[in-house]
Amino acid sequence: MALPPFQAALDEHHDAVARFLVATVGRQEAEDCLQETLLSALRAYPRLRPGSNVRAWMLTIARNKALDSHRVRARQPVPVGDAEPGGTAVMDGGSPDEELWGAVRELPPKQRAAVVLRYVNDLSHREIAGVLDCSEAAARRSLHEGLTKLREDWT
Amino acid sequence: MSDPLEQRLAGAAAAIEPPAHDPARLAAGAREAGLEDVAYTLEDSPVGEILIAVTPRGLVTISYLNTFPAEATLEELATRVSPRVLEDAPPTDEARRQLDEYFAGRRRRFELALDWTLVGPFGREVLGHTAAIPYGEVETYGDVARAIGKPRAARATGNALGSNPMPIVVPCHRVVRAGGKMGHYTGGAERKRQLLTLEGR
Repeated sequence: MALPPFQAALDEHHDAVARFLVATVGRQEAEDCLQETLLSALRAYPRLRPGSNVRAWMLTIARNKALDSHRVRARQPVPVGDAEPGGTAVMDGGSPDEELWGAVRELPPKQRAAVVLRYVNDLSHREIAGVLDCSEAAARRSLHEGLTKLREDWT
Repeated sequence: MSDPLEQRLAGAAAAIEPPAHDPARLAAGAREAGLEDVAYTLEDSPVGEILIAVTPRGLVTISYLNTFPAEATLEELATRVSPRVLEDAPPTDEARRQLDEYFAGRRRRFELALDWTLVGPFGREVLGHTAAIPYGEVETYGDVARAIGKPRAARATGNALGSNPMPIVVPCHRVVRAGGKMGHYTGGAERKRQLLTLEGR
């Protein structure tokens, strides 16, 4: 079995990666993160083992780009008077959905990724474990802890 | 999923509108980073829809979609050239321009760099000779076999012509059967007749 043409993988998984990034870093940052994710994926693609789970692999790259983006933003000084210190300043008008994603973005990285992969990308616990490079039990735990924290804020 | 928070998350997830796919931006970035190993586009032509693929070395494939589905050609390119295959028209501009001129009767010779990756050593000899057959002229399979010094290899020559990955530009339609018959063609005999008619035969 050989790798399919990158274009075919892109057509199939582009939207999953884009949705993951919108939920994880916000709409404004998502476009640049997406471009970086897809270029990194294209660069590494010939080394991917044929038969791999391409969606989980692309989401792993997207997750790393999202982490980089969070780190960069965390280092940037927050202008005086900016409403939301702590990296959630990028909001699209404060709709209820955006507030929810804002709370998700406040979660520690593993919990944040687990919640997004589960509810935005509909991944199984096993696939989440693959993306987070941890055991399935640890993936369940991250998801559970993330939901518990969100529940505290949201009930 | 009866939990209200989970329902809330699922609802908010369904409402996400991902940024529109921007293939031009990705392709431009890929070209700049030297990561676009194969660029292709689909194009209408007087001989039907064709797929044109180029690499940084030159034209690598023209295929007739009526005989080869695009997926099959792209999979072959992914396997035999590189899996870094992107749909991206600008790198094929020069090939498309020259093909347009050819179909309009304004070009008799193609001036394109060719990437022979998909061609084996024997095919290279056959197609190398074929590339030099002038516009509007024809040779037989036997002529080509003799020209490359393998007079007994007329059948193998036919096979090599049949798997020409760059038809039209490498004019395998100018090689016909002895006795005035048309012979096979990668895009179907009808296409072969059409191209020879265009060239005034």
